Amino acid sequence: MSLTTRRNFMKTTAVGLAAPALLRRAWAAEPLKLGFVYPGPVGDYGWSWAHNKGRLAMDEALKGQVVSSYVENVKEDASAIPIIKDLAQQGNKLIFTASFGFMDQTIEAAKQLPDTKFEHCAGYKKADNVGLYNERFYQGRAVVGTIAGHMSKTGTIGYLGSFKIPEVVMGVNAFTLSAQAVNPKITTKLVMIDSWFDPAKEASAAETLANLGCDFITTHTDSPAALQVCEKRKIYGFGQGADMSRFAPHAHLTAIEDNWGPYYISRAKAMLDGTWKPDDVWMGFKEGCVEMAPYNKAMPDDVKAAADKIIAGWKDGSYDVFTGEIKDQSGAVKVPKGQRMEDKDIAVMDWYVQGVQS
Amino acid sequence: MLTFIIDALVTVVGVTTPILLAATGELVVEKSGVLNLGVEGMMLVGAVTGFAIALTYGDSLGALAPWLGVVCAALAGAASSMLFAALVLTLGSNQVATGLALTIFGIGLSSLIGSGYVGTIIPAFDSLFPDSLAGDPLWRVIFGYSPLVYFALIMIFAVGWFLNRTRAGLILRAIGENDISAHSIGYPVIPIRYAAIAFGGAMAGIGGCYFSMVMTPMWAEQMTAGRGWIALALVVFSGWRAGRLLAGAYFFGVLMTLELYAKASGFSFLPSQFWAAMPYLMAVVVLAVISSRGVAGSEAPACLGRPFLPSS
Repeated sequence: MSLTTRRNFMKTTAVGLAAPALLRRAWAAEPLKLGFVYPGPVGDYGWSWAHNKGRLAMDEALKGQVVSSYVENVKEDASAIPIIKDLAQQGNKLIFTASFGFMDQTIEAAKQLPDTKFEHCAGYKKADNVGLYNERFYQGRAVVGTIAGHMSKTGTIGYLGSFKIPEVVMGVNAFTLSAQAVNPKITTKLVMIDSWFDPAKEASAAETLANLGCDFITTHTDSPAALQVCEKRKIYGFGQGADMSRFAPHAHLTAIEDNWGPYYISRAKAMLDGTWKPDDVWMGFKEGCVEMAPYNKAMPDDVKAAADKIIAGWKDGSYDVFTGEIKDQSGAVKVPKGQRMEDKDIAVMDWYVQGVQS
Repeated sequence: MLTFIIDALVTVVGVTTPILLAATGELVVEKSGVLNLGVEGMMLVGAVTGFAIALTYGDSLGALAPWLGVVCAALAGAASSMLFAALVLTLGSNQVATGLALTIFGIGLSSLIGSGYVGTIIPAFDSLFPDSLAGDPLWRVIFGYSPLVYFALIMIFAVGWFLNRTRAGLILRAIGENDISAHSIGYPVIPIRYAAIAFGGAMAGIGGCYFSMVMTPMWAEQMTAGRGWIALALVVFSGWRAGRLLAGAYFFGVLMTLELYAKASGFSFLPSQFWAAMPYLMAVVVLAVISSRGVAGSEAPACLGRPFLPSS
């Protein structure tokens, strides 16, 4: 019989109290709860829809091991913080905030909830429990810019942007630079509508761009409205975030598809394994996270070949649209000849290249 | 140059029409003394209903389907406004709060109904005129529009004539100015207000279906993106007068289009948010100018927003 000292008593009591918790971990394997915060409706058939598709792919691949929930239409202001905290308090261990506009709110929520893990999409502020993830959509922009450069007859191409944030600026620049690589005289007309999702305004802005002579329009907003205008005006456009060809069978040449499924599955697995660490990943064609939708039959073969070459170049690393010499709108050289822009400079880009009319 | 102007005009008309439709309806409602803030919700309900009907019956009814869609959008808008009317007229609830509740309800209900329609499209409810006129680069500025555009113009003139030149319109305005006196004379205040609210709801529904059937022939949640609020501001901005409402609507439309043109042409030496705020800033400026002209008191219907609870 062991000595019933106070020390022994304390030890056994501690084990006795801890045992149920430890046993539960090993045995019930309660599904991991993951939360998602979207800036728009999952019905937008664009950004939020694509994220949700990724979430559903994760649910399917890890059935039984994860339970996910989401909140849509979250405004990108202070009201996001209680929503994020509420998700955490519901038991979600990892929360993905899927928009640049949630950056500060995620950091704030992470400070207040150090035990919950967060991943912020398309931002640049990290913390001990906040990781970053994004996709190199600008790689896709380089592809559509190349197509526009080849096929534009008026030499004016349009970009329907949302807000002047690095995410959009790098898209505009990649689009313009890649088009200029084919046709150096190309100019890009840029309209920022200060919203990620406003179909009527997107349609009016696309009409305005068409009125001003653009025969190609690419959008950085979330609805297919601009493509419908392109179809009506018989000019070309590109889908954003999803294959939008059904909205504009003639006008839609291709689309930049966001493929979030593989990423979400890998992060969920990392949480299940316990190997999750805050990271800063920026994935593109190489990782299979950016894809192009099937090309429209109307695209000439040589243009298809040129586009494929760009994609291959991204995949094997031989091509980078942000290779010098790059001048900004005032003529100053921002990237010297032959040099590639570093990721950290691309991530905070706030200047436009020459040829962008903003 | 001419093409440029025509293109711009066509864009302006497209932007203005839904706001004009909703504002025309709201004008009648407010003239009768009721403040219905639920315009945004009613527009969305109309938008989803019109789209759904046009999609469902598009094959069986062909070219008639969009017309049926518009009619159903009007009915849906009117039905949702009846919810508001019952609370506000029969139960005497606070009009501002109930109107806001209707907005939120309309946003939610339309999202619910519309969730099955995301990703589907219908042919745009375009011009009735033959292609030779509607497609003609010059004549399309008159003939190239959807029937809803002409409907909006007809309605604003009709409403203006109704309010100012008919006996029925006079009664409606009387109820809005002094409901107790009107009641004493014997006019049925509550039924007339119900009718006015139904009309406002129907017009808002048609304004909403303009988005989902003409401008961007698809359904997306909250696709009116705040145009209902602009319509409400427009009614106030117009001083509750039909003529000024028409002018004001196009003024707003020009400002909103000007914003886009300025940005696209590279003239945005002002921050883009300033341009987006322009319509509202201009509204404030015009209201200040109007108020400073020494008009005694407000031009609003005197009973606007006050519940009618007759003691008799």
